[in-house]
Amino acid sequence: MPTKTYAGVEVPVDDEGYLTDSSRWNREVGQAIAEELGLELTDEHWKLIDFARSDYAERGQTPGLRRMAANTGVGMKDIYRLFPKGPGKLIAKVAGVPKPKSCI
Amino acid sequence: MKTLAVLGAGTGGTIVANRMRKRLGKDWRVVVVDPRDQHLYQPGLLFLPFGRYEPEELLRARKDTFRSGVEWLRSEVVGIDGEARRVEFAEGEPLSYDLLVVASGVRLRPDLTEGLTGPGWREKVFDFYSLEGASALRAALSTFEGGRLVLNVVENPIKCPVAPLEFLFLADEYFTRRGVRDRVELVYATPLDAAFTKPQAAKKLGYLLEEKKVHLVTEFMTSEVDGAAGHLRSYDEREEPFDLLVTIPTHSGAAFVERSQLGDELAFLPTDPHTLRSKNIPGAFVVGDATDLPTSKAGSVAHFEAEVVCDNLLLAAKGEEPEPLFDGHANCFVETGWGKALLLDFNYETEPLPGRFPTPWGPFTLLEESRRNHWGKLAFHWLYWNALLPGRPLPVEARMSLTGKELPQETTEQPERAEA
Repeated sequence: MPTKTYAGVEVPVDDEGYLTDSSRWNREVGQAIAEELGLELTDEHWKLIDFARSDYAERGQTPGLRRMAANTGVGMKDIYRLFPKGPGKLIAKVAGVPKPKSCI
Repeated sequence: MKTLAVLGAGTGGTIVANRMRKRLGKDWRVVVVDPRDQHLYQPGLLFLPFGRYEPEELLRARKDTFRSGVEWLRSEVVGIDGEARRVEFAEGEPLSYDLLVVASGVRLRPDLTEGLTGPGWREKVFDFYSLEGASALRAALSTFEGGRLVLNVVENPIKCPVAPLEFLFLADEYFTRRGVRDRVELVYATPLDAAFTKPQAAKKLGYLLEEKKVHLVTEFMTSEVDGAAGHLRSYDEREEPFDLLVTIPTHSGAAFVERSQLGDELAFLPTDPHTLRSKNIPGAFVVGDATDLPTSKAGSVAHFEAEVVCDNLLLAAKGEEPEPLFDGHANCFVETGWGKALLLDFNYETEPLPGRFPTPWGPFTLLEESRRNHWGKLAFHWLYWNALLPGRPLPVEARMSLTGKELPQETTEQPERAEA
């Protein structure tokens, strides 16, 4: 399995660079992934990232955008402003949780 | 006299009520609550737009779907008082229960997308997840002589996440048979980043979109639909023009769940993934599409959950703790057109894998097209009414088995959970 090193932490990732072990993540790792993606993280970004992590830990699935908007107070348009080009995937990648998937 | 109340008489609720009537003693009432007179065979909605079923073939009088001894209350639930263990109705006395099963399914919510039910709704904008929508679409397809047909999934989770793809595969066959396929552009607009998002399915089935000439638009989160102008727009301001839009609207849980604030932001009920106990209604279990679980919303899942819930209801009736028996198992035929289908079998931890799925009628092929799978899907219609709903045993275990499955030699993925 491929690995990558972020903020001095070696983490296992899948072919698309998503962490395959969410427990190896810490905020410095998240920060480093965001930098690699060209994102400058603000408190609003972190609201979404933190919710994605806590929700994944509780429910075992990466939350959808509507769920993130409803639970963080960050509106859908703002989510797209903060994470342009695919917020669902970008938030998942930075937060170290699986990207949104279907059953096949 | 004690009471088991079952809210909703779709696939999950009907199986639970019928099985529990057999398994609980005469000191228990089994009361099912559902205001609708007819039971709809939902898997048939996929075929209806292509004229392969008549609407009446998909309906049965609900009264004929219950075993004798099951009481049916034709009332609209407006709330659950968990502390008092009471179900409240729009009219009439509340129903006190000792044990409760919430099987209230989902509602289609086109109203949550701007413009979706505006000009063009059911004229050039259709859903096919309802009998009315599928019937209206059938008429529209029969006179469609060419143009851009867009199928879009507004957002997940939806019932039967493979049905949108099946629809497009069957549309390819349908328009080919009508001799107009070269004038029809088929487009799949999905909020996900691929049509097949699981590694083995992507590897085994990636050829299908090319073979069926389906154009794929990914990461398309619909923000609004303009039926008059004939386009839909995404939050990142892309536009997809259409001559005919087939949409899978947002799904939410039942209205009473939303009003009572028992559910999440889409009114799905927080449910323990293994015991299926409600996380916030004392003495209650949840079955089928109403849950917030990370497995598919599908009839097979409702069936397997119903079996687990029945075992756990018996334990609860004896004052014992429920067992963590549910593994997220789903088992779904996927029509690919021209008389073929493939079979998916997966659970929370195991993605759909290739191989063989053994049955008394011979093996079905997993993640691989075959005629036998197609006949299996059609034969299931008979089994649904005559074996599944009455609560008779079917040759598929509630828990997923690895028998016949080919495990990937080398995988870069951890075992994972199905999302939609």
